[in-house]
Amino acid sequence: MTITQRVLSSRLVAALASPHSVDRYLEQINPMWAATEVRARVVDIVRETTGEHPVATLTLQPTGTWRGHRSGQFVQVGVDLEDGRRTTRCFSISSAASLPGERFTLTIRSHAEGVVSRYLVNEAEPGLILHLSQAEGDFTVHESAATPTNNHLLMISGGSGITPVMSHIRTLLRDGYDGHANRKVTFLHYARSPEDQIFADELAEIATADNGVTVQLRYGTHRFDPDELRRLVGDFRDIDTWACGPAGLIELIQDAYAGSPRLRVEFFKPPAFATDDDAEGTVLFARSGKTATNSGTNLLEQAEATGLTPEFGCRMGICFSCTSRKTEGTVRNVLTGETSSLPDEDIRICVSAPVGSCSIDL
Amino acid sequence: MTTIPFVSPKKRSSTSRASDPKIPNLTPEQLEAFGDEMDALRQRIVADLGEEDAAYIRGIVKRQQQFEVAGRVMFYLPPAWPLAVAALSVSKILENMEIGHNVMHGQYDWLGDPKLNSRIYDWDNVCPGEQWKYSHNYIHHTFTNVLGKDRDIGYGILRMDEDQKWHPYYLGNPLYAFLLMAFFEWGVAMHDLEVENIVKGRRKLGENAQLHAAIMKKVKRQALKDYLIFPALTGPLFPLTFAGNAVANLVRNVWAFNIIFCGHFPAGVATFTEEECEDESRGHWYYRQLLGSANITGGKLFHIMSGNLSHQIEHHLFPDIPARRYPEIAVEVREICERYGITYNTGRLSRQLYTVARKIVRLSVPTPKPKPGQEEPGAGQAVPEAA
Repeated sequence: MTITQRVLSSRLVAALASPHSVDRYLEQINPMWAATEVRARVVDIVRETTGEHPVATLTLQPTGTWRGHRSGQFVQVGVDLEDGRRTTRCFSISSAASLPGERFTLTIRSHAEGVVSRYLVNEAEPGLILHLSQAEGDFTVHESAATPTNNHLLMISGGSGITPVMSHIRTLLRDGYDGHANRKVTFLHYARSPEDQIFADELAEIATADNGVTVQLRYGTHRFDPDELRRLVGDFRDIDTWACGPAGLIELIQDAYAGSPRLRVEFFKPPAFATDDDAEGTVLFARSGKTATNSGTNLLEQAEATGLTPEFGCRMGICFSCTSRKTEGTVRNVLTGETSSLPDEDIRICVSAPVGSCSIDL
Repeated sequence: MTTIPFVSPKKRSSTSRASDPKIPNLTPEQLEAFGDEMDALRQRIVADLGEEDAAYIRGIVKRQQQFEVAGRVMFYLPPAWPLAVAALSVSKILENMEIGHNVMHGQYDWLGDPKLNSRIYDWDNVCPGEQWKYSHNYIHHTFTNVLGKDRDIGYGILRMDEDQKWHPYYLGNPLYAFLLMAFFEWGVAMHDLEVENIVKGRRKLGENAQLHAAIMKKVKRQALKDYLIFPALTGPLFPLTFAGNAVANLVRNVWAFNIIFCGHFPAGVATFTEEECEDESRGHWYYRQLLGSANITGGKLFHIMSGNLSHQIEHHLFPDIPARRYPEIAVEVREICERYGITYNTGRLSRQLYTVARKIVRLSVPTPKPKPGQEEPGAGQAVPEAA
């Protein structure tokens, strides 16, 4: 931590800015100055693949407040979109583990329905400022060249799920992991087609180098097959495994591992879209673990019907006392009729009725 | 931090209060159509929110910070003391009104910016934002001007409506109003403690422990900043800076008090009874908001400095729409009101202030019983008696 950083995050400076954050003032002078918040400037953009769902790698220079990341972690990225709304999504970091303040990369595939991914891949220019969280997530590897073990490590990924796994491989190789101590790494990846393959050149290099890393690439309709995996690595249920990809792939892998604690998984969360009839499906109140059959009425009433007592005020959408986080599913604003399917969205539950199944953090 | 009175047609006929506005008796069908028009107006504005609104509020925050920093820095130059006080006052007014009040209403939650989010924002004021949001956004904005429900009617200190029973205590009405003006931020902070209900034995002191702790925490932070650290940073100029900060807080108090009282207590504003508002329709709710608020006319700068609460009517109709939209909404609201024959209460600051002051003085003494058969004057006249 530099002296400036120390001063800016001191209690005295905080007392001067109270009740606001010091960052509220610093940001006005230079977006790269921060006391506690994390922001980053996009310094480079490389197109990895083109086609229907293009992929780009963005190199980010974070503010000095960035505490670094371990391989496999993700970061929340907030982008100020053109309509003035800041929209936040999670992206896995694709570069090797970083130290505080160090640059890192995000590798993002543009999805038709993903406003943030589309913007970052297709429209972002160097110089763009992003609003970040610290690195989060425990999809991490504890082995390194310094640990006195010779565990076989298995990485399985599908599509853009390659990003956290790539971070693992890059970190292991950078930090001196090699085949000479009999430490094996097997990397099995599923992609739509060779044209859609992210990091193709680097993977080819890794595959040919003398490093103990075996790279297996599968394309097209080639599905995950437990027997094939067994032929590759032996009894995989006893091998430390990291798997990241679309829900379909992860489910197959989880079935094959039958609850083995050696398997760690990371999902992407696709938004669940509305069904025709609003009053269908189930409502999950995630924090309390309660579920209810969707009765079609507003979420506040549905929560209360299950015995929950969420905070509320006006019960008519004015006061925001009942604002809660919807993690999945579609809701209809009963005042405007507008529906929204965004994941991790703050909604006023007194004027939001679920359309089909949804999940609320209550 | 606003209050409103409102009167049922039943009540009016029995008490015949001179100050009552002429409340049109809309049929349930008319009320519903009126509510639909308001909903449609609302949806049109919400659909149009975007980049300009984001740029506007960020621009105001930037300007406010410039005034704040300029004010704090000019305290190092003793001859610039009046300028320093002026800059800091402007900063505090902008921060409390156009930024704090409006952001804490959730007007900018759609931006997704944590620094402009109602759940996170706290203002430069001794009242903790968390408590204010409950008493203001919920109690006051939901039960606007419902006697016995909306504690903003007189803040538990003043007699602002004929239907509040007179007591010799209220002889001090003008004095209490003056003190509330000077110490407005403290009044707002104390508001949630419901001291008057404790005195009357309706509330236990223990219920206040948590609220009290939160207020004290906020008070300490505010006092530390304005009355210790910033004065100390100017070294030998400590007393001047201390005094300057106190004056800036006072200026903000006086300004905020006047804007708010003119939004809720001028002649022609109505209060309502709880019975009138039972099972009320959305149309009736809008109608009550309209009759319970008043606007102040003025230029663009005046509107910004009042946090656009000079458009109290539009604010009460659409409390969660960015306040910068109120002037354009007002044009349509007025037109709708004309069609339904609803009085739209607006006037110059001086006129509204005058009627508020007159009401404060008049209600310090008992309200005379109306003579039977006396005609009720209409609302359009600038009538002495306030609602």
